[in-house]
Amino acid sequence: MINKIIKSAQEAVADIPDGATVMIGGFGEAGSPIELIHALIDKGSKNLTVVSNNAGSGNVGLAALIENKQVSKIICSFPRTVISVVFPELYRKGEIELELVPQGTLAERIRAAGAGIPAFYTPATVNTTLAEGKETKVFNGTTYVLEHAIQADFSLVKCHAADKYGNLIYNKTARNFGPVMCMAAKTSIVQAREVVPLGQLDPECVVTPGIFVKRVVEISNPADESVLVAEKRRYPWN
Amino acid sequence: MELKETIGWSTGEMAQNVAKDIHDGAYVNLGIGIPEMVAGFIPEGREVIYHTENGLLGMGKVAESGSEDYELVNAGKKYVTAIPGAAYFHHADSFSMIRGGHIDICVLGAYQVSEEGDLANWSTGDVDAIPAVGGAMDLVAGVKTIYVITKHNTKSGGSKIVEKCSYPLTGKGVVSRIYTNLAIIDVVDGKLFVKEMAPGVDFGYLQERTEARLHQ
Repeated sequence: MINKIIKSAQEAVADIPDGATVMIGGFGEAGSPIELIHALIDKGSKNLTVVSNNAGSGNVGLAALIENKQVSKIICSFPRTVISVVFPELYRKGEIELELVPQGTLAERIRAAGAGIPAFYTPATVNTTLAEGKETKVFNGTTYVLEHAIQADFSLVKCHAADKYGNLIYNKTARNFGPVMCMAAKTSIVQAREVVPLGQLDPECVVTPGIFVKRVVEISNPADESVLVAEKRRYPWN
Repeated sequence: MELKETIGWSTGEMAQNVAKDIHDGAYVNLGIGIPEMVAGFIPEGREVIYHTENGLLGMGKVAESGSEDYELVNAGKKYVTAIPGAAYFHHADSFSMIRGGHIDICVLGAYQVSEEGDLANWSTGDVDAIPAVGGAMDLVAGVKTIYVITKHNTKSGGSKIVEKCSYPLTGKGVVSRIYTNLAIIDVVDGKLFVKEMAPGVDFGYLQERTEARLHQ
């Protein structure tokens, strides 16, 4: 019998070991699986490589995971935001490694891993410092840069609704990296606002088919990161 | 010393100049900051669809205070709205629209633009700055037409339109047209041609404020 529903966030992340590569969905706060990240903080796994578009805000969610010294490297397109304080401080001290990747290349490297494509050529970064040391090739007179797929051990993703087969739908621009991160990780862990009975999600409208999803946790009232940041909250809770 | 321009277009007029060149039916990506203002000046009778790379085609106006949705943001992480007929999609699809050449126009800001159309807009090379690139390199590599909107000079009076960019490049030979407070300048085959000048600006005045050689 297939039932991907896990009772708690704590149980869902319990086997993430030290040294794992973990993809974390979200574009800023939109789509950030904050309860799963907090469960990973409680679990305490160290030396993680995190793949995420940003590096978190304030002292909650991804920023708190970094602040808790659990992340040794981040693969990211934009680690700087107005209220990102944790990452810049550790980066300047040389305590966290950054691999800066253009946003589209990041998305495609993740998608490629999920699609069984080890590497691909892209026109982004040609003739820039971010292409230094990378293989290039000319196709039809245009130069492209070789980029490699990013595979993850785990991904943490937030969605709107899920069923026990792991079919997912998202909410607005909170979808962002969720679908490709579910594809690219050996174990994808999803927090859903609502778990619905089989058949309730219209098969024509399912965004992530359940085959890409391993675990689903219902978090019916997820915290809003910007509210927590405005209230100067910290995780573990202050 | 800060050089105050007493003549030239206002920021709103610069945005209006860009808007006049956006055709009916265009799919457009507007960069963060001044480029976002362009949407407010599209001439009556033209329908333009805005793409935001975090996964929305058919972005509407900025959300009104009190009705913000934390899960509906633009690339600058501002709370926005979606128009009737909008579509949401994931990041790999969004950048397929960009890299695949499906977006017609992208309007971006700049630190520097060279006469070859090279653009520097993601880093000043400052070693203390936290490096961040976002989608800029994908946009300039993939979107058919890149327009730059920028002040003609830096706050200290330096030229932003240069022979060769000294800042790290976002893309090489990618810019088609530059809209500044003083002029509209086309990049054609490695040369800069002045298309239009702001009221009160003449060619000599413009060249004096521009490091790169301009052509009439």
